Amino acid sequence: MFILKDYPMHLINNSLLLANVEIGTHYYWNIGGLILHGQVFIVSWVVITLLLILSYLGAKNLNRIPENWQNFTEATVEFTQDIARNQLGESYYRNWLPFVSTLFLFIFGCNWAGAIIPWKLIILPEGELAAPTNDINTTAALALLTSLAYFYGGLRKKGLGYFKRYLEPTPILLPINILEDFTKPLSLSFRLFGNVLADELTISVLVLLIPIFIPLPIMALGIFAGSVQALIFSTLAAAYIHEALE
Amino acid sequence: MDSIIAAASVVGAGLSVGLAAIGPGIGQGTAAGQAVEGIARQPEVENKIRGTLLLSLAFMEALTIYGLVVALALLFANPFVS
Repeated sequence: MFILKDYPMHLINNSLLLANVEIGTHYYWNIGGLILHGQVFIVSWVVITLLLILSYLGAKNLNRIPENWQNFTEATVEFTQDIARNQLGESYYRNWLPFVSTLFLFIFGCNWAGAIIPWKLIILPEGELAAPTNDINTTAALALLTSLAYFYGGLRKKGLGYFKRYLEPTPILLPINILEDFTKPLSLSFRLFGNVLADELTISVLVLLIPIFIPLPIMALGIFAGSVQALIFSTLAAAYIHEALE
Repeated sequence: MDSIIAAASVVGAGLSVGLAAIGPGIGQGTAAGQAVEGIARQPEVENKIRGTLLLSLAFMEALTIYGLVVALALLFANPFVS
């Protein structure tokens, strides 16, 4: 593991520019023998708090004619409802709406928190604050949750008959069907992790080279890509659940 | 770090992103071209086409990202360095 700032580039990199690239350095917390990546926890707690505040404000006093925050929250929920309904269909989507919405809002919040909030102003002893989704552990956890969710959904609906789908369309495809259960979480986690990290790296490298104006369009692209990745993750999660249910 | 391993890793990292970009590049070009064709033929469904296009473009993008993940693993978390 090495840090990009070890290169001679650090000659143009002073604290005023706030630009260095750090990968593989973390702000370690040691809790009961477990080593945790502290920066991920801090930022995701911020995101969770923001989402809680939003849902509290949105549901504080409900009116028949929505106003202010309730309006905004309802629009958000309708958007995530559309994601779930398009994939899961009218008959199943209601049960899975909380899961799909939570995935969407959390990933969206994480990506935007990393892209918008100027975390560089807060200096940690080691590592740096950034989007929690740029850590492979976060995305792997989310992807494994999705795996658990579709197994649970399939087993709950069909019992042990769920495993019949491994023999379809022919038993010859059994190994490929089993392999699919591993590639699904793998591709989900790598896609999200790679996209978020790629955005941050591109911005960091550009800022390192040309600190003003030029990185701005890339930052806008990063914000856009962050929302699209959240949409894709939740859409795919809903699609996998639907596949297990039908 | 052994210099041979370092050199091979850097070359491999460059190749993994570069080669992974070829296929999705062609695919995204085809998809975008077809989408433009569709919009030109039926401008009234533009919003639907745009949504589907963005979603499928992001899927193709993911393939390059896999190459990028391999490149990052080679550069920052190389498993062959003891």
